Amino acid sequence: MNPSWWDWNHAATVFPLLLQGFKITLLATVLGTLIAVVLGLVVAIIRRIAPTIIRNPVTWVVEFIRMTPLVVQLVFANLVLSPYIESTLAIGIWVLGIHYTTYMAEVYRAGIDSVAKGQWEAATALSLPVARTWRAVVIPQAIRNTLPALGNYAISMFKETPFFVVIYIPEMVRVAQTYGGDTFRYTESITLAGLIFLVASYPTSLLIRRLEKKLA
Amino acid sequence: MDGVIGFFEKLGPNLEILVARMPQILDGIQATVLATALGGLLALVIAIVFGIAQVAKYAAVRIAARIFVEFFRGTSLVVQLFWLAFVLPQLPYPFGWRLAPLVVAVLALGLNYGAYGAEVVRGSIGSVPRGQYEAISALSLSPMRGMFRVIIPQAWALMLPSLSNLWIQLLKGSAIVSTVLLYDLYFRVEQVRDQTGTWFAFLFALLAYYLLAWVIVIIMNALEVRAKHKIGRGPALSKSWGMLFRAPGSVVKGGALV
Amino acid sequence: MPDNADNAGQPGIPHIEFRDVVKKFGDNTVLNDLNFTVAKGERVTLIGPSGSGKTTILRLVMTLEELTGGYVFVGGDPLQYEDRGGKRQRVPDKVRRRTTTQIGMVFQHFNLFPNMSVLENIIEAPLHVMGLSKAEAIPKAEALLEKVGMADKRDFNPSQLSGGQQQRVAIARALAMDPEVLLLDEVTSALDPELVGEVLTVLKDIAEETDISMLIVTHEMQFARDVSDRVMMFDEGRIVEEGAPEKIFSSPESQRTQDFLRAVL
Repeated sequence: MNPSWWDWNHAATVFPLLLQGFKITLLATVLGTLIAVVLGLVVAIIRRIAPTIIRNPVTWVVEFIRMTPLVVQLVFANLVLSPYIESTLAIGIWVLGIHYTTYMAEVYRAGIDSVAKGQWEAATALSLPVARTWRAVVIPQAIRNTLPALGNYAISMFKETPFFVVIYIPEMVRVAQTYGGDTFRYTESITLAGLIFLVASYPTSLLIRRLEKKLA
Repeated sequence: MDGVIGFFEKLGPNLEILVARMPQILDGIQATVLATALGGLLALVIAIVFGIAQVAKYAAVRIAARIFVEFFRGTSLVVQLFWLAFVLPQLPYPFGWRLAPLVVAVLALGLNYGAYGAEVVRGSIGSVPRGQYEAISALSLSPMRGMFRVIIPQAWALMLPSLSNLWIQLLKGSAIVSTVLLYDLYFRVEQVRDQTGTWFAFLFALLAYYLLAWVIVIIMNALEVRAKHKIGRGPALSKSWGMLFRAPGSVVKGGALV
Repeated sequence: MPDNADNAGQPGIPHIEFRDVVKKFGDNTVLNDLNFTVAKGERVTLIGPSGSGKTTILRLVMTLEELTGGYVFVGGDPLQYEDRGGKRQRVPDKVRRRTTTQIGMVFQHFNLFPNMSVLENIIEAPLHVMGLSKAEAIPKAEALLEKVGMADKRDFNPSQLSGGQQQRVAIARALAMDPEVLLLDEVTSALDPELVGEVLTVLKDIAEETDISMLIVTHEMQFARDVSDRVMMFDEGRIVEEGAPEKIFSSPESQRTQDFLRAVL
């Protein structure tokens, strides 16, 4: 049952290790998504209501982060912050979250723009305070429109967690790579890592597509 | 790794090292540009072929294209890189190819982002108004002719903003290729970091990537203005140079980013 | 129910024939067992409330909609389905396209190709479907543009034209195929009121100068009266009443027709 190119013993050995790494992958995805979802909304609102003197620098920073590689940001942040923050994983998760904050902010912006002008006018006509207008009228409608994009970015983050290899965080692909390096058998570990990604992300993206259709 | 303080303490010497290392860094930039350009080209071809195949007449073609797209979208760029670099050489004959690092990088980047691009192409083909398809039928144009002469030119204008974002994604993704031994910009800067011992060099790297990304933005903005003008939805490029420097939106429509 | 056999006044062979046509969208039956014919050179206008299936009939002739049941013939050729040895079978796409080349259609929303100039729009099908050379197609296109009063706009982009001008180009584009059947689908409905006249004038000229069979859906009752040989009143996918325009418009028999005409005139 063991063809020369596929060794079930290796597969069986590495699989539990991969699942260990997968836990980190999932943790990073979930926390990164949380960061992006919250900070993204903050950034979107700042870009909408803050005075120019704040808005412009924020816009510039957001653009810079969005247009530079996550990989370089990871290494950079790790070098700068490692004297102050012990956990490389924490640094990685924050960088991932902030990188995707810049995407989420755009999604929220589009969502806010998609709230009909009449809604703002109705809120004004009812003399609703600004904070109440945002909280009760605009944000609920905006968020509804952003759900599919949010889901897609979560999947996207999930698939970019392997970029963590550059700061040696033992997520799944790093585990696979290490195993390959130690045993000179890459076939089983890397292939299985890819399959785990596929098995985890495909059903999720199907769900999101259904959500997209439902909300459309 | 000496944090913020080291940066200011050693700013002068660091700059000198950076200048001294510039030839190697330029080599790295060249590798990054090459991987991004060739990878982008491959991705574009894959996107168009598999985007169109997904709306093909025959179900078998559609399903095959769908499987291809889902597979390369679903398995993560880094895994694909490692697979091509480490697993492929270990496979038995007739595989067992040991590909050059640049080939590995271009293949992985092209396949991965091409799969996302295929979704963009499919989406924008679907966004061409129904009336255009009906006019093709009413004039009895063949489906092939209609697709390439009528639908694609219009879809092209629709897909460019998303393709622009994807190409920037590809550039950013290319920063990982040193893990398969392509000595790109990231790798050369990491070497400098090794010598200076501070994170100084990475500031330079971020800036360099940022500028490269803007080159892509400008190229794609130019293509977009041109394409829109051709379908009568905007001014000629000669009358709207300012459009070139418009910052990219980040939301990739038609299958979302990643 | 008026049936084709009762149309004693219609001479010639049927140019368009609907035989037992059924069209459903999901569970919604739009046309149920529809039978009628249009003679060669005849101009037939379909009137009736919206949702009565008029536009669907045109779209079935152009094969833009899938036929649920029955057959449609143009010039004796089956369009989407044919009866082969008692079995209802699909006509191959290539054969179907050969038949549809003799049918031209003008749409409510013009549907000009925005990536082509006015002239390119018109010569596209003559070059690539009929196989004309450029030397043949261009003078012909220019003559058609002259006819619709758009000769000076041949190198314009569709987006630079008004709705009425775009529709006149679309008419020229349809005529460039030398169609034997012309389908006009609410061609003035998307136009500003002041642009309707120029389009209708062009169409009236064409109706007078040619003997193309026409199937027309319109809300312009005066136009219907001017160009039609026969008017068919539709409601809920059925022909309620049909006859010469003078008769239908001045002394309709059916209550539905009377109500409809009172509402639109």
